Amino acid sequence: MKQAGVGVGRKLLVASAIVLGTWTAVAQSGEHGGVPESGDPSLQGWLLPDTPPYPAGNEPTEERIALGKQLFFDPRLSGDGNMSCATCHNPMFGWSDGLPTARGHKSMVLKRATPTIVNAAYNTIQMWDGRKKDLEDQATGPLETSVEMNADFKRMFEFLNLNQGYKRAFEKAYPGEGINKQTIAKAIASYERTIVSNDSPFDRWIKGDKDAMTEQQVRGFRLFVDPAKGNCAACHSAPNFTDNGFHNVGLASSAGENADPGRYAYKPIKILKGAFKTPTLRDVALTAPYFHDGSAKTLMDVVEHYAKGGEVKEHLSPNIRKLDLSRQEKEDLVAFMEALTSRHEPVTLPKLPLN
Amino acid sequence: MNHIKTVATAALLVISATATAAEYEVTQKNKAFSVKELNIKVGDTVKFTNQDSFFHNVFSLSDLKTFDLGSYPKGEYKKVTFDKAGKVEVECAIHPSMLMTINVE
Ligand code: HEC
Ligand code: HEC
Ligand SMILES: [Cu+2]
Repeated sequence: MKQAGVGVGRKLLVASAIVLGTWTAVAQSGEHGGVPESGDPSLQGWLLPDTPPYPAGNEPTEERIALGKQLFFDPRLSGDGNMSCATCHNPMFGWSDGLPTARGHKSMVLKRATPTIVNAAYNTIQMWDGRKKDLEDQATGPLETSVEMNADFKRMFEFLNLNQGYKRAFEKAYPGEGINKQTIAKAIASYERTIVSNDSPFDRWIKGDKDAMTEQQVRGFRLFVDPAKGNCAACHSAPNFTDNGFHNVGLASSAGENADPGRYAYKPIKILKGAFKTPTLRDVALTAPYFHDGSAKTLMDVVEHYAKGGEVKEHLSPNIRKLDLSRQEKEDLVAFMEALTSRHEPVTLPKLPLN
Repeated sequence: MNHIKTVATAALLVISATATAAEYEVTQKNKAFSVKELNIKVGDTVKFTNQDSFFHNVFSLSDLKTFDLGSYPKGEYKKVTFDKAGKVEVECAIHPSMLMTINVE
C-alpha cells in the first residue's frame, strides 16, 4: 500500500515540474492588470469580522476575558513561578518576544520563533506545524511543555484552588464548571480572542478612506496581490493574510539532515517537508525578527528572500519563484506591510489575586 | 457455505469489471473541493482539477487507498481510479481545511 503511494508521488513530481513553466507563463500574460481603487466592493473580502468566531460553550463574556487575562499574565502558573504566556507573547513586542527563536524554561533556546498571537483567533489552525486546531486546544500546551512553562499541574491546581480570588473568578466565569484544564483553556482562549488587529491604514483604505495609505503603500498592495509581481496573496490571502496553509519557502535552515520537518511530522506528504503555516501579516511590522527560524531581521530581508526565489530549492513550494522586482518595488512592498499595523488601545495589566 | 460466498464475490467482480466505468470530475476552487462527498462504483475514476490561481495538492492516507498526486497549478488535473469498495478521505496537504470523502460502492 505505502509502496504504491510513494511510487505515484515520484512519477507525478516530474509532471508537476513540467507544469510549473506553463503556470508562470499564464500568470505573466494576464490576471494582474489594475487593482481596484480604495473602497471598491470587490476588495471588501479583505476586511475581518469585528470579533473573531468562538466555539459553542465558550462565548466570550467580560468575566471570562478578565480571568483569561489574569491567567495569561500570571507567572505563578509555571514550574519555576517566573514565566507567563506574556513572557514570550509580550505586548511590547507585538505579542511576540523580539527573539530569533523562543527562550523557554531555564532560558533554554527553543527551535522555533514565538509567533504573534494577534489575530490567531481568526485562524482555523494553530502552531507553525498546525498541530493544534484552535485556541482552546492550544492553551494548556505551553503550560505542560517541559521546555516552556514546565508547570506541575497538580501544584498549579492546588495553587488556583487555594487562591480565593481565582476561585471566585472561575466561579463567575464558568459557574459550576470548576477549575480544570478545560476552564483554564477556555478562559485564556477568550482573552486571546480580544487581541485583534483589524483597524490598520489598509483596513481604512479598503473601506474607502483614500488617504489612509500613502501612494507608495497602495503601489505595494498592487505588487502584493499581482501574480506576476509579488504573488504574495497566493498564500497571504484575505482577510487575515493567511491561507491557513503550509508551504516550504526555501529558508537556508531547511537544508540538511537535522532540518526541522515542520508540517511533515504530522502529515507525511512530500510537499510538506519543511513546510510551515503561513503567518498573518497584520501588525507584522511589530514582530521582527521573521520566519519560524528567526532568520530574517527586517521586512526588507524577507522581501529579498522571496525575490531570490528562496535559498534552498529542495522542497520549495511551487508558488515560490524568482521575482522580477526593482529596488523601488521591494521598498513599496515593505511600505505596504507597514500599513497593516492597527491603532491599539494601550494594554493595561491585570491585578493578580495574591491569595 | 464459505465456498459459495467466494464464488459469488468473484462473479460480482467480473460484472463490475466489464460494466463501463464512469469518470467523475471534482474541482478545487476557492480553497475547497467542489463536493464534500461523492458516491462512485468500484472501477470508476475521479479527475481532480485545480481551478485556483495557486497550487493545490491531492492526497489520501486512507486504509483503503493511499496516493499523493503532488501539487499542480490552475487548469491541470490528475486522475485516480478506485478499485476497492469502501470509504476514502481525500485531502489537500497545503490547505488542511480542504477535505472530502469518496464512497466507493
Ligand atoms: C517559552 C516561550 C513561550 C511561552 C511561555 C508561551 N508560548 Fe505560545 N508559542 C511559543 C512558540 C515558540 C510557539 C510556536 C511553537 C510551534 O509552532 O512549534 C507558540 C505558539 C503559540 C500559539 C499559536 C499561534 C499561531 O499563530 O499558530 C498560541 C495561540 C500561543 N502560543 C499561546 C500561548 C499561551 C496561551 C501561552 C500560555 C499558556 C503561551 N503561548 C506560552 C512560545 C511560547
Ligand atoms: C508559497 C506561499 C507564500 C508566498 C507566495 C509568500 N509567502 Fe510569506 N510566508 C509564507 C510562509 C509559509 C511563511 C512562514 C515560513 C517559515 O517561517 O518557514 C511566510 C512568512 C512571511 C513573513 C514573516 C512573518 C513572520 O511573522 O515571521 C513575511 C513578512 C512574509 N511571509 C511576507 C511575504 C511577502 C511580502 C510575499 C510576497 C513577496 C510573500 N510573503 C509570499 C508563505 C508564503
Ligand atoms: Cu489546497
